[in-house]
Amino acid sequence: MSQPVLSVSGLAKDYGNGQGCFDIDFELYEGEVLCIVGESGSGKSTLLSTLAGRLSADAGSVRFRDRAGSSHELTTLAEAERRRLARSEWGFVTQHARDGLRMNVSAGANVSERLMALGQRHYGQLRETAAQWLEKVEISRERLDDRPTAFSGGMQQRLQIARNLVTQPRLVFMDEPTGGLDVSVQARFLDLLRRLVHDTGIAVIMVTHDLGVTRLLAQRTLVMQQGRVVEAGLTDQILDDPQHPYSQLLVSSILQA
Amino acid sequence: MTETCHSQWQYNFAFLDENTKRMLRRALLKAVAIPGYQVPFGSREMPLPYGWGTGGIQLTASIIGQDDVLKVIDQGADDTTNAVNIRRFFARVTSVATTSSTAAASLIQSRHRIPETPLRPGQIMVFQVPEPEALRTLEASEVETRKLHAHQEYGLMHVKLYEDIARFGHIATSYDYPVMVNQRYLSSPSPIPKFDNPKLHMSPALLLFGAGREKRLYAIPPHTRVESLAFEDHPFTVQRWEQACALCGSHDSYLDEIITDDAGARMFVCSDTDYCQQQQESKA
Repeated sequence: MSQPVLSVSGLAKDYGNGQGCFDIDFELYEGEVLCIVGESGSGKSTLLSTLAGRLSADAGSVRFRDRAGSSHELTTLAEAERRRLARSEWGFVTQHARDGLRMNVSAGANVSERLMALGQRHYGQLRETAAQWLEKVEISRERLDDRPTAFSGGMQQRLQIARNLVTQPRLVFMDEPTGGLDVSVQARFLDLLRRLVHDTGIAVIMVTHDLGVTRLLAQRTLVMQQGRVVEAGLTDQILDDPQHPYSQLLVSSILQA
Repeated sequence: MTETCHSQWQYNFAFLDENTKRMLRRALLKAVAIPGYQVPFGSREMPLPYGWGTGGIQLTASIIGQDDVLKVIDQGADDTTNAVNIRRFFARVTSVATTSSTAAASLIQSRHRIPETPLRPGQIMVFQVPEPEALRTLEASEVETRKLHAHQEYGLMHVKLYEDIARFGHIATSYDYPVMVNQRYLSSPSPIPKFDNPKLHMSPALLLFGAGREKRLYAIPPHTRVESLAFEDHPFTVQRWEQACALCGSHDSYLDEIITDDAGARMFVCSDTDYCQQQQESKA
């Protein structure tokens, strides 16, 4: 617990027109959920993609500590190594389940894909592991051979979680995972997520514009505006006593309802 | 008649111009040096449409010599339309000897089969490949599939096999069955039945694959390890038939099912016509 899973300092991604994200510093520890909130276009998703190596950073450093305890500098990491980490140590949950799932193969194959990528070649074991994970995300194991197209939006999103967590990653990136879900489904989804994070001790970085999600899940929160972090700290502190004018606006405009 | 044709418009030997043949041979050398790796090449317009074997014809044209003896098969048979036409095409533009005997041929172009008669060192097989990318059905992006090959990330191929077992209870892929060449590159063996996959492994002959529309060629050099993918609890198996060939009585060749009348009567015969004939002659 003493060493952070991820430490970010001075990170910048500049699109060249003033857009992007700049001067990002934070640390993330095991079992911690960090939410990044802010309005549309404030650089949340850019930051997430830059951290996950999907975009190349223009300045700063991102250090990731893997399961074995060795440290990797993600901004200069070779692609082969980055892809290896992405398969074994990270997960990425997208806003639209369609982007994160293979829609034309069964739920079981979706969950097993990462295991097979890591070299598991026993069909019976793969299937059993997949069934267990479906149950963990509250999908009946009878649905193992159904395609995700036959699933509801909430189930697809839970399937995406199972597909990402099956290899027990240390760090999961989530880009507005509750974006397309209605409120009751959202609540169950968040409940499930909180339990999984608690049980597995993974670290999560989640982009959201829903402060309700932040309050439920996150220990710490970054508030972003125009590509910069304007306020960072414990979630309760930020939501109950926002200091920066923009955070105050955000909190007052959303929590009133 | 033939002679007047020749004097009027002479084709270069084997139809392609010498520069194109050199380009193809250069690509082939690279393909042989990196077994299973798909080498891009500048596919030429051929006097027949894509899908009819333009890739295979270009490879054959680039390596055929005056002394070669050419055999062309389509579905194992020497007397089917595609085989007859390609054989006649090369007879016309190269005047090399053609044969239907596997043993007598030095160069064999094939569409779906590897002959039953074992190949020998020095022979070259050319395959006509419709889709050289084994991962294509699962990953549509060429950029991505090339990265998967570069990083040797082949978990995706097992997703397809998993899906087969989940849906049919066994690996139902029966042709174009994915193979790992030399423990490095995942390759499509072109649409040969998986029955022929074991013949790829440690083959004494050079195996060349050409895809005209996709503009890719690749090779399995002689004595290269070729492994068919499978699961530990669902190992690779080939097709077996309860019948023997109705014509030659062979028990270990690949059989075609032929419906013989309107009442549903059927017979099973060897798909390799040359092999079947040899078996019949040896019995007679």
